[in-house]
Amino acid sequence: MQQRSFSGVSQSPRSPSKQPPYLAVSVTDPAKMGNGVQAYISYKVITKTNLPEYQGLEKIVIRRYSDFVWLRDRLFEKYKGIFIPPLPEKSTVEKFRFTAEFIEMRRQALDIFVNRIASHHELQQSEDLRIFLQADEQTMERARSQESGIFKKKPADLMQIFKDVQSRVSDVVLGKEKPVEELNPDFEKLKRYVFELEDHLAEAQKHAYRLVKRHRELGQSLSDFGRAVKLLGACEGEALGKAFAELGAKSEMLSVKLQKEAQHLLMNFEEPLKDYVRAVHSVKGTIAERAAAFRQHCELAETIKLKEIDLNKLRLTRSERTADAEHEYEELKADGEEARRRFETIVRLMNEEMVRFQEEKTLDMGLAFHEFAKGQSRLANGIADAWRSLLPKLEACSSS
Amino acid sequence: MMGSENQEAHPHASREEMQSLILDDTSSSTSQSFSSYRSAMTTLSESHHPLSVPIATSPAESDPLLSPPPPQHRHLQSPKSTSNPNMQPPLYFADVGEVNGIESPSPSQSLEKSSPFSRSSSSSSSSSTEYIKIAVSNPQKEVQSSNKIVPGGNTYVTYLITTKTNLPDFGASEFSVRRRFKDVVTLSDRLVEAYRGFLIPPRPDKNVVESQVMQKQEFVEQRRVALEKYLRRLADHPVIRKSDELRVFLQVQGRLPLAASADVASRVIDGAVKLPRQLFGDAPSTIGPQDAVQPAKGGRDLLRMFKELKQYVANDWGGSRPPVDEEDKEFLEKKERLRDLEQQLSNASQQAESLVKAQQDMGETMGELGLTFLKLTKFENEEAVLNAQRIRAADMKNVATAAVKASRYYRGLNAQTVSHLDTLHEYMGLMLSVHTAFSDRASALLTVQTLLSELSSLNSRAEKLETSSSKRFGGDKSRFRKVEELQEAIRVTEDAKNCAAREYERIKENNRIEIERLDAERKADFLNMLKGFVTNQVFYSEKIGSEWAKVAEATSGYVKE
Repeated sequence: MQQRSFSGVSQSPRSPSKQPPYLAVSVTDPAKMGNGVQAYISYKVITKTNLPEYQGLEKIVIRRYSDFVWLRDRLFEKYKGIFIPPLPEKSTVEKFRFTAEFIEMRRQALDIFVNRIASHHELQQSEDLRIFLQADEQTMERARSQESGIFKKKPADLMQIFKDVQSRVSDVVLGKEKPVEELNPDFEKLKRYVFELEDHLAEAQKHAYRLVKRHRELGQSLSDFGRAVKLLGACEGEALGKAFAELGAKSEMLSVKLQKEAQHLLMNFEEPLKDYVRAVHSVKGTIAERAAAFRQHCELAETIKLKEIDLNKLRLTRSERTADAEHEYEELKADGEEARRRFETIVRLMNEEMVRFQEEKTLDMGLAFHEFAKGQSRLANGIADAWRSLLPKLEACSSS
Repeated sequence: MMGSENQEAHPHASREEMQSLILDDTSSSTSQSFSSYRSAMTTLSESHHPLSVPIATSPAESDPLLSPPPPQHRHLQSPKSTSNPNMQPPLYFADVGEVNGIESPSPSQSLEKSSPFSRSSSSSSSSSTEYIKIAVSNPQKEVQSSNKIVPGGNTYVTYLITTKTNLPDFGASEFSVRRRFKDVVTLSDRLVEAYRGFLIPPRPDKNVVESQVMQKQEFVEQRRVALEKYLRRLADHPVIRKSDELRVFLQVQGRLPLAASADVASRVIDGAVKLPRQLFGDAPSTIGPQDAVQPAKGGRDLLRMFKELKQYVANDWGGSRPPVDEEDKEFLEKKERLRDLEQQLSNASQQAESLVKAQQDMGETMGELGLTFLKLTKFENEEAVLNAQRIRAADMKNVATAAVKASRYYRGLNAQTVSHLDTLHEYMGLMLSVHTAFSDRASALLTVQTLLSELSSLNSRAEKLETSSSKRFGGDKSRFRKVEELQEAIRVTEDAKNCAAREYERIKENNRIEIERLDAERKADFLNMLKGFVTNQVFYSEKIGSEWAKVAEATSGYVKE
């Protein structure tokens, strides 16, 4: 059960001791910094909290996209088993990097990202989050450059999962040594579910984006049509000419409505779908971590067994090396224990996270659906009202 | 103007053409016209759209001239209500029935508007009004038996043309005849010749390229639709419906007794044969009165054509004013105005097409989105482990269903939009007729001008002869003879000029009447187009809005305060 005890609510703090604990974060005020190739967008991150770990009731820092990436990577490393909230993608197309639309979408996504972290009962306690929310720019920059490359997600790990799920047969056929696999039917089911879900969602998002485009196109053609009709009306004159003029004007007005709805659709329906897809990617990342932890655990278990055999041999021969070997064996056992524990933690966390994830997505999508339906209903009714208002005028024209 | 009062209640309905022909033969003709309607519909939709009803799709490009013909009509029964129950989506939904809980409106209430100039013929109820109703059906392949040495016949298609009428001239109330496309071309050419100055509806194109490229069946169907439209327009024209040419075309069995256009070519050849004799004075070189009332083009008299061409050039380049000029200021203004209109019509027609395409795309994408969500719903339900998933699946299903319904409404909307905005295309086609009518006038004027020039040159030659000495012309007798010949020519030419002048006035009058008619009917037709378009938009938008409102209501719990 996801605790959403704090975040998203900005309350003016009175006396910290009387208030329940809260942590409210927002990402605002995008500003373009620098020039030319070096240019980037910076954001204000405002933290309001009464938690003792934080300095003061309110703190404002300036952060850029790569700072958010740093936070995400650190959390991913530290909190294996938890689905880290997804980040919006790096923009690949140079042209759009600084359009108002793109900047706003990114700001919104970053805001949601930080808020999800701040409201996750585990993640909100992270040291890295505190650094992110509070450190001054130099400290942040140092932290950011230190981490680059070391903890980067290796693409090979993700590829491993693909192989696991899809090419198991070929491995066996080729006589290759199979990577060590969790033989857990529930886990298998989960993996299949996640992969198939991603396909479905990607398709839905594609159509949603196309729908946005269609709105824009329809708006454009209504505008052109309106103009043409007005010109035609100018040829006709009198009552008919007026009728045409009114129709043309309405058409142009509706064109504006359509453009607005297109924007609304993009921000409130298509973007949540994209977010959903990203979230599924994040789940896949965690699945990879689980597989890696399992592999490690198994390998260590193997190594321990072998070591035990060795040790017993040594014990029998009463070698001087026995003491060292005993020591190593104990260490190995501790590592093995550690690895097993880590793996089991991941399993436990993942199970909890799946529940939280599903519930979160139901709420997110529920809202997205609502916005979609609301927008479409508003648009359609607006269209109906606009055209309906013309009818009496048209009637008047024909009777004259 | 419509008999039934009920139609007055519908701004749109007054344009309804109330009846179509109940054909005696065969469900096949009905189903054929139905399938033509459907094939016209499917030009609007993707042929393999998963949502589309399994119609025999035609890959023909969306032809704006192919507005769906009304295979079946009913009288619109009840007067309007605010949501206008008679404004139902058309036959498109007829086979869909109850699919996914989408209500299907009653079929066969399509909202076809009649073609322009259809005032007098569309009423069904009152029998005191005159009517001619024409249907084209039952295309059949026939082989023209070859009377040449080369074996194998020429195959062509004939169409059954059935007429129902109460006009006395026909002497019968119902009759059929088989005609081929070539006959229609002949009819059209003869009408154009006979009714100079009138706005004669443009005939269907020969479509030579398309006949090669398209599937035979589709092409024949497309042509059948076009022919029917054309003949109906002819029957709607107040003057042409009473013409011998049309009557003969509709009624006379067997070979069409109108001069085929190929014969015109032979007339030109006749004229070419005559020309040398005219130049040498052996054949009459004057234009006779009976010929003066025909246009020079297509006639037998090449010499006359040359003379008129010379006059035309002299008018254009000579700088000297022709003897009679187009003085009618009003006419020139009207001409200018109509030219403007044509341009704007063309522009508006283009934008209308873009609008239709945009609406179509919207419907398609909405439908695809809906289907994708339906698949997702199914998936989540199958894989559901947690209740949250089932709830989400249920929400998704609502959205998907609404999207699919909206998509269907968009398609209905679009079909109707095409039908309404088609009026723009129709009038664009009519502009061609206007050009022809104006050029009839111009050529008649040219004839008059030519004759006047001729007359003046004849007169000056006569004068010179009379005042000159006889020595130059080989004696009194020969001069006298020449003067007499000239006088004769002057008389004939004078007569011809008077005829030509009368013809010119007649054509001018025809122009005037027809332009007036055009203006009045265009105004009415355009108003109806606008009303229909607007009413249509209101109806479908309301439907779409209410579907989405339901979903918005159902998901309103997700809104955070």
